[in-house]
Amino acid sequence: MQVTSPAFKQNARGALADVQLQKALGNVRAGFIDKRRKAMDALPEFDRLRDEAKAIKDHALASLDLYLEAYETKVKASGGHVHWAATAEDARGIILDICRAVGARTVTKGKSMITEEIELNDFLEGNGIRPVETDLGEYIIQLRGEHPSHIIAPAVHLNKEQVEEDFRRVHDHLPVARDLSEPESLLAEARRVLRAQYFEADVGITGANFLVAETGTSMIVTNEGNGDLTQVLPRVHVVVASIEKIVPTLNDAAQILRVLARSATGQDMSVYTTLSTGPRQEGDPDGPEEYHVVLLDNGRSSMLGTEFQDMLRCIRCGACMNHCPVYHTVGGHAYGWVYPGPMGAVLTPSLIGVDKSGHLPNASTFCGRCEAVCPMRIPLPRMMRHWREREFERGLNPATQRWGLGFWAFFARRPSLYRLGASIGIPLLSLFGRRKGSFGTLPLAGGWTKHRDLPSPQGRTFLQQWRDRDTLRQEART
Amino acid sequence: MSAREAILSRIRQSLDATGDDGARRAAVGRRLSEAPRGVIPARGQLDAKARTALFCEQAEKIQATVQRVKSPDAVPKAVAGYLRSKNLPATIRMGADERLASMPWSALKSLEVRSGPSDGDDEAGLSHATAGVAETGTLVLTSGTANPTTINFLPEHHIVVIDAADIAGDLESALAAVRVDRNGATMPRTVNLISGPSRSGDIEQKLLLGAHGPRALHIIVVGG
Ligand code: SF4
Repeated sequence: MQVTSPAFKQNARGALADVQLQKALGNVRAGFIDKRRKAMDALPEFDRLRDEAKAIKDHALASLDLYLEAYETKVKASGGHVHWAATAEDARGIILDICRAVGARTVTKGKSMITEEIELNDFLEGNGIRPVETDLGEYIIQLRGEHPSHIIAPAVHLNKEQVEEDFRRVHDHLPVARDLSEPESLLAEARRVLRAQYFEADVGITGANFLVAETGTSMIVTNEGNGDLTQVLPRVHVVVASIEKIVPTLNDAAQILRVLARSATGQDMSVYTTLSTGPRQEGDPDGPEEYHVVLLDNGRSSMLGTEFQDMLRCIRCGACMNHCPVYHTVGGHAYGWVYPGPMGAVLTPSLIGVDKSGHLPNASTFCGRCEAVCPMRIPLPRMMRHWREREFERGLNPATQRWGLGFWAFFARRPSLYRLGASIGIPLLSLFGRRKGSFGTLPLAGGWTKHRDLPSPQGRTFLQQWRDRDTLRQEART
Repeated sequence: MSAREAILSRIRQSLDATGDDGARRAAVGRRLSEAPRGVIPARGQLDAKARTALFCEQAEKIQATVQRVKSPDAVPKAVAGYLRSKNLPATIRMGADERLASMPWSALKSLEVRSGPSDGDDEAGLSHATAGVAETGTLVLTSGTANPTTINFLPEHHIVVIDAADIAGDLESALAAVRVDRNGATMPRTVNLISGPSRSGDIEQKLLLGAHGPRALHIIVVGG
């Protein structure tokens, strides 16, 4: 996948002008927020569960090496194989070897962000193996040659008319006159087409929401049941998971599950939570004959012990992007790599470097909603600030920005000059903007006013108001 | 150095820890053997009767249909009645579960029972749950000859029998029942926690039932 994060600004501009996308993004704003709130309100223990979930992950990360060893021992005892991959390239090689060993031609895939991260599909295709995405959203974007724009709703940037067009183009063996005008008929067609693929596949690849050290179990969470057919029908089941997916016990997984689905889709539980331990056992009439787990590091171990360690608690629920005003406005593709939204703004620089993705931690209003809704209590804004600092220290920001900051700092360090400037500028702005209360265009601020209005200052400056309050407080005290 | 060693040593380096650090090892060992239960929602902590009622209510909320019968003997009739009400052929796929096998199927002359895993051509499949979770209306199914996993996903209609006595208040208690399965030696290959019929919201966030798994989930609760 081509990394377009360095072009975030152009991407965002394109997204703002994209009528289809703007219509589709309305679905994010409308659906997710309400559903999460309702589910949360119905569970009085929700906040205590968040604390517990955070504590579990913190504990697991502090002994990640030991839990990985314990997990590996259990997987082997149940007849499975564990492969360790330091990089994306290593992981791809391991998976290809597994596929080749069984002469695989087709692999079905459950929804997995980690296989996006290691760009598995292109690689398999390049090696003569056909990957078939089975999650409806993933299937749609695979047909379009696109990448997910959301970590739990990969095709959220599309409207049904676009999906219909793709189905007509690709499923050209079906009658032209069929009705595909509604999501119902689109879903039914995808179900029929994909059913055949499950039976054809030699290998099924899924991700994992949790790896359980206690039992050597991998767990996936889905609503469609596609991940399940992916792992029960083919001869080989391959799980690809990054190392921080480890939790100590089944009980720990149960605790985190309670906040996962509620934060993601507002469900109490996703429809299918599936625990897999080893290959099929003696006498089992179905299930895979081989079970492999590929444990991927790809930069995680270097995040431990740094200010970005907290990010490794992330359970990929998507709540942060569902509540993000920037994501609502530009959608997921603008972020230019695998992980969008606030979690992507923190994770992407860790995984591909801040030199390529410095715009992402800057694309934030610091409104703090992401941290407020994150079930794992990850301090996302603070970590974005860390990235901004590092970017600045390394001189990666453009010159205008550095000058601008220097200009501002000059006045900020000289309060009387600052106040003087503000007391001249603010009344002028408010005078000109009084009638409408905002500016549609403003010299030097075209980047801001092109897609929204700049509110004109109302009344007195912040510092003036602050001074008055301070005086009032003093008086109240005496 | 193998990839395994490289990853583990980088983790230890980052954590500023060693692999044979006694205190950490002890803490990990304790956590794994004690498996603390954390925060258990009050919602499901009820007496048996109320627990069963909550299970049914929660399952219906997530679009499962629920039917209660007094004894196992009433199950075959309930299954036949469900198939009729959906205009489905009088055929049911099921595994070798002993509880299901001991029910009076032969009394229903017109119902054809197919045994073994599903091959994808079944309209309706029948399973017996290992446990249930009242808190969320969730069924716990375990793989094996008794209840092959393919039956949970391939048929259009999935009918699941659950004994009211197997309904736990919370997820942790239901998982405990799975953990000790097979003499506590190892977990079953697959454990499916199923909450309602399959669905997708991937097209314009419109929630539709019947994605890749069953379109309908019918639960028959025995006793309680
Ligand atoms: S950062 Fe938090 S809110 Fe965002 S996906 Fe991860 S766990 Fe969910």
